[in-house]
Amino acid sequence: MMARNTVETNTAPVSDVFGKSGPLRLETPFHPRIAALMHTHAWYDWSGYLSAHSLWDEELEYFAIRSQAALFDLSPMVKYRIEGPDAEAFCDRLTLRDVTRLKPLRVQYTAWCDDAGEVIDDGTLFRLSETRFRLCCQERHLPWLLDGAIGFDVAIEEETEAIAGLALQGPTSFAVLQAAGFGEIGSLKPFGIAEFAHEGGRVTISRTGFTGDLGYELFVDAGDALSLWDRLWEAGRLHGLNAIGFGALDRARIEAGFLIANVDFVTVDAALRADRARMPDEIGLGWLVDMKKERFNGRRAIEAARAKGANRHVLVGLEIEGNVPAEHAIVYHRKKREAGIVTAAIWSPMLKRNIAIASLQRPYGDTVTDDLWVEIYALHELRYVKLMKRARIVERPFLKLDRRRATPPGGF
Amino acid sequence: MKKWDAVVIGSGHNGLVNACYLQRAGLDVLVVEKNEWIGGAAVSRELTDGFLYSNCSYVCSLFRPEIMRDLELPRHGLQVIPYEGGAVFTQDGDHLGAHRDHHAHRRAFARFSKRDAEAYERYARDVTRQCRFIQPLLMRTAPDPARLRPRDVSELLYLGRKFAGLSAEEMALTMRFWTMSISDFLDEYFESDVVKSYLAISGIIGTALGPMSPGTAYVLLHHYMGEVDGSVGAWGFARGGMGAVTQALAKSFRESGGTIRTEAEVDRVLVDTQGAKGVVLAGGEEIRADRVVSNADVKRTFLKLVERSDLPDPFVRDVERFKMRGSSGKLNIALDSMPEFPALPPNSPCVRGDMHFTDSIERMERGYDDWKAGRWSADPILDMVIPTTLDPTMAPPGKHFMSCFVQYCPPKVEGRDWTSADRDAFADTVISQIADYSPGFRERIVHMEVRTPRELEDEVGLTEGNIFQGELTFDQLLFNRPVPGYAQYRSPIGGLYICGSSTHPGGGVMGAPGRNAAAEILRDAKRPNKQMSPAHEVL
Repeated sequence: MMARNTVETNTAPVSDVFGKSGPLRLETPFHPRIAALMHTHAWYDWSGYLSAHSLWDEELEYFAIRSQAALFDLSPMVKYRIEGPDAEAFCDRLTLRDVTRLKPLRVQYTAWCDDAGEVIDDGTLFRLSETRFRLCCQERHLPWLLDGAIGFDVAIEEETEAIAGLALQGPTSFAVLQAAGFGEIGSLKPFGIAEFAHEGGRVTISRTGFTGDLGYELFVDAGDALSLWDRLWEAGRLHGLNAIGFGALDRARIEAGFLIANVDFVTVDAALRADRARMPDEIGLGWLVDMKKERFNGRRAIEAARAKGANRHVLVGLEIEGNVPAEHAIVYHRKKREAGIVTAAIWSPMLKRNIAIASLQRPYGDTVTDDLWVEIYALHELRYVKLMKRARIVERPFLKLDRRRATPPGGF
Repeated sequence: MKKWDAVVIGSGHNGLVNACYLQRAGLDVLVVEKNEWIGGAAVSRELTDGFLYSNCSYVCSLFRPEIMRDLELPRHGLQVIPYEGGAVFTQDGDHLGAHRDHHAHRRAFARFSKRDAEAYERYARDVTRQCRFIQPLLMRTAPDPARLRPRDVSELLYLGRKFAGLSAEEMALTMRFWTMSISDFLDEYFESDVVKSYLAISGIIGTALGPMSPGTAYVLLHHYMGEVDGSVGAWGFARGGMGAVTQALAKSFRESGGTIRTEAEVDRVLVDTQGAKGVVLAGGEEIRADRVVSNADVKRTFLKLVERSDLPDPFVRDVERFKMRGSSGKLNIALDSMPEFPALPPNSPCVRGDMHFTDSIERMERGYDDWKAGRWSADPILDMVIPTTLDPTMAPPGKHFMSCFVQYCPPKVEGRDWTSADRDAFADTVISQIADYSPGFRERIVHMEVRTPRELEDEVGLTEGNIFQGELTFDQLLFNRPVPGYAQYRSPIGGLYICGSSTHPGGGVMGAPGRNAAAEILRDAKRPNKQMSPAHEVL
């Protein structure tokens, strides 16, 4: 028999291998700028995009959010454009909140469910005009939107790649915008939207964010992304502007008590085990449900579950004694009976407290709220220190900052 | 004269799995194989210098990891390597790529339909949910609803409870999966014909049904419930070809003291009033054994190896009616160099996966129409892989082995037997299709093995060349496989067992029938069965 050894190795340039469907990890429209600032090479995969987990030092990036201003590339966030005479009616039918009360140039945090009342995703609904909306979210469900739009005079288009997005967050974020020539934004209240001219195009700026801090989100056509970045970067020089990755943002969002789909709850389309799907009431989103609306997807199921007391889970904020973050720890009642799981946890530098988001099985977190404990396995130099720490249910958001809502915002 | 504890007819993967478990439980087992080589339809042979073919089965996913572990197959040389996605080439010179990476896969689908790209999420969820439902059934003997002994009742209750544990939505889906055509099923999720045809291939492979025939959705499911190292639904290449599976089994078997005799074709099973007593080989030699286990398909076993008068008539009729129709052929091709596919980007990973040239359900169904008329498909559906893109052991450096599974191919050509001229014409139909998408393909061919149902039946012993030893439609599964009342690996003849793919849970290189049969045989023999570890839990 002949010698057998080599299998041809792949020597093609990485960008070519997938041809027209793009490289394995797409670059976002801001990639050249972020790559130039990338020192750690801590890239990660966000929905198929090459995204920064940190660029320099995750902890310092977090403090940029809380003390100066931070620029985060959120282009990989899934975006759907919903437009037409019936756009309002369609969004109202789709989502849990009352969209007829969402005025043009305002944003709603919202969620949407299937007919069984199980959450498909949460996200933000931007009303860009009387007849035009943008839905931003983590997961993809175009067939659900298209099927739901039958009978409505509305066009729906997935526009994730076409629209670039930036989050500008932190105490000096308004000062940065002012220096960049967007000063009129000062009168904008939280969840408001304003449009500005930029390089012959438009930039849409909303007073929204995922940090619980003063902050804005900016959306432009992908082609205008780099010039927008440059405009902010230049303006931010004297205001402590830093580029940040997801690691820092994740810390801030836990402090702010925000949820991430398929981190803090499992979306129904991702649930391989049918019992993992959740109704809004089970993930702390019951407040979004507007029962005054006659019809919306999942209404009957949510109503029935409420009437029967059938919801089996509760999402809570926990404050845990000690200083060891309890990520993915099991929550116990009286140190014995399993009561749930921690979905996200950090030591909060702003609060000097050990905080966590947890999903509990009723009655825990509902009628039984005392005597809760979490079991933490702290690995130190190849030895687990097993901790059983008392956990107390506390209000979310854990961190409330006056500057988040102050209008006009402080300049610092 | 030596008397064996058991003689196993056929050295296919299920026969060897069965023999391994019996031998390890302390029985003295002989495997008899009619060919000079072992392996049945899981075989690698060198038919031309330097090239090793996976002559029949060619990819691996279903083979149960519990069996690999119990029988120490990795130590005996079995290694399964997961492969990349694949591609469907379209008639307009483009292609649909399939990729392991979730988002690359989605974007490739999005080139044909943005909707379908995102519909894949729910489709994958639903298919996975169904696989999770079925997987635990694979390694259990199906209940016999006619007999209702305590174990049957408890097994029926197990099935009932599992079904009742489904949500209403899942139950509806389960019923649809078990009954619908793959075409109708995919229509519920997708709009792009190319996307649908890529996914539909798993629904018709090895099956004498078209994509529009009810029942084919389950066939697709059957191809998704395997795994490579816990990655459910993934497929891989056995390093060294599919023969590596049976070679490892044979080594394991021999190491535990088992005996294999090749060139020992069984003429008939020896039966007296007490039951099976052994086998008679083609040369007249008698081999005595306390029990006989047949890895041959149910038709071959009971219609050829056993006297009809030894069997109850209704049983024979049921066996005769068991659907086991030849529907596929295969080309194994030695290539002088890597074929080019201009539709693919340079160095595309798609060549390391399964490639197809049928870009619509309509074309697939027309291919089936040819089969109904007794002809091979003029525009055949190929499942083509080039294992040597990942496996350096099957061809010299720079040269390649291509496995080309072909659907549809009838057991008889317009009612008459296959001739060698038919076979060559069939091969040419296939090669022409490949060459349409790969210029210069013919010139790269060094050697070729062409297999129609005739060759598969004559050489491997599969009736009509049916690769699953009986179609995988729902009427022929669970306690109906192969025959109601005989779904527990036993037969009307005491001491005669069946352990091949004709039995639950069916075909594919899975090993579960062989293992389940061993459990039943040891139960009857009142032997402890400590070598068989429980099936992995589905968490």
